[in-house]
Amino acid sequence: MSGHISPISLYLTIFMALMVLTGVTVGAAFVDLGQLNFLVAMIIAGFKATLVIWYFMHVKYASKLTKLTVATGLFFLAILLGLFLVDYGSKAFSQMPPFLS
Amino acid sequence: MSNVVAHADDHGHAHAAHHPALQHHFDTMAQQKEAAVVGMWVFLLTEILFFGGLFAAYMVYRIWYFDAFAEASRSLSLFWGGLNTAVLIGSSLTMAMAVRCAQTNKRSATVNWLILTMILGTVFLGVKVIEYADKFEHHHVPGYNYQWAAAHPSTSLGAGEAAGAEHAAPSTALGAGEPHRELSLNADQLQLTTQIYFSLYFTMTGLHAIHMIIGIGIMLVITWMAYKGRFDEQYYTPVEMTGLYWHFVDIVWIFLFPLLYLVERHV
Repeated sequence: MSGHISPISLYLTIFMALMVLTGVTVGAAFVDLGQLNFLVAMIIAGFKATLVIWYFMHVKYASKLTKLTVATGLFFLAILLGLFLVDYGSKAFSQMPPFLS
Repeated sequence: MSNVVAHADDHGHAHAAHHPALQHHFDTMAQQKEAAVVGMWVFLLTEILFFGGLFAAYMVYRIWYFDAFAEASRSLSLFWGGLNTAVLIGSSLTMAMAVRCAQTNKRSATVNWLILTMILGTVFLGVKVIEYADKFEHHHVPGYNYQWAAAHPSTSLGAGEAAGAEHAAPSTALGAGEPHRELSLNADQLQLTTQIYFSLYFTMTGLHAIHMIIGIGIMLVITWMAYKGRFDEQYYTPVEMTGLYWHFVDIVWIFLFPLLYLVERHV
């Protein structure tokens, strides 16, 4: 009833992982990976967010209903960002909109 | 808990003793907590899409004006941004510890961890004030007094030249002096398009900061409730919900940091 109680060592491990990954993301930004720089930064941020959601926010120990709710949020975020890209990506690209150039 | 037993005795009902915090429309504490957790996540879901709209706007403008975003991003202080990331991750740890202490019914430890979390949140906001003040000082706030061309005296055109000389020194110190590579935008275009970056910078970090201020406000109430002994190992839902909110704010920053501070640092 009182929910899962995580050991303190787990919280410290997640904290250390988040700090190390912050260092990694800063370090990776100074390496020229071309188009991959953005992807690497987002993968690291996504992994950090997953650690927070899974362990700090106790979703790992939550019910299937809660997990489904979390997944729904991410699903609609993916739709939002994905359809934005499809829409703007399919428009004729212009470096500057007319009102600025 | 002795008060649970006493409460049940008062009723004198045949059914099992129930917790005083159990609302009458729930059968068990577990059911009540489950409803709160799902409800909180539904709220966070709307928050994800709230910030998602800004992330979508950021995405489109970053693709369109990447050079402006890269130049403007370099003018942010990596030190303050990195420090704030560490502070916020640390506050997530202290928040997780506060929830854990509430789960194990350690009242004073819960109060102390919550206070520490609020202190770290305040440190974050203090650093944000330093950063915002720096932006005002360098005319990097979008609007009438915005002056990006000043950072590029060699490429600025006409009237920008005089103003450019005046601000050249502090701007160069920020690392926003000469363009770092061949840019697709000229000085006038940079003057306009870097404002889009800073508009998104202030909107996203500002909205995030408002969430932190609200979070600290909620924590003040929760800390007082914990101090008054409102929670035990059966009922600590408000502490856990505050934790969910605080961790969510942390996650938003985990994305904001690379998106705003690390657009293109390797050039």
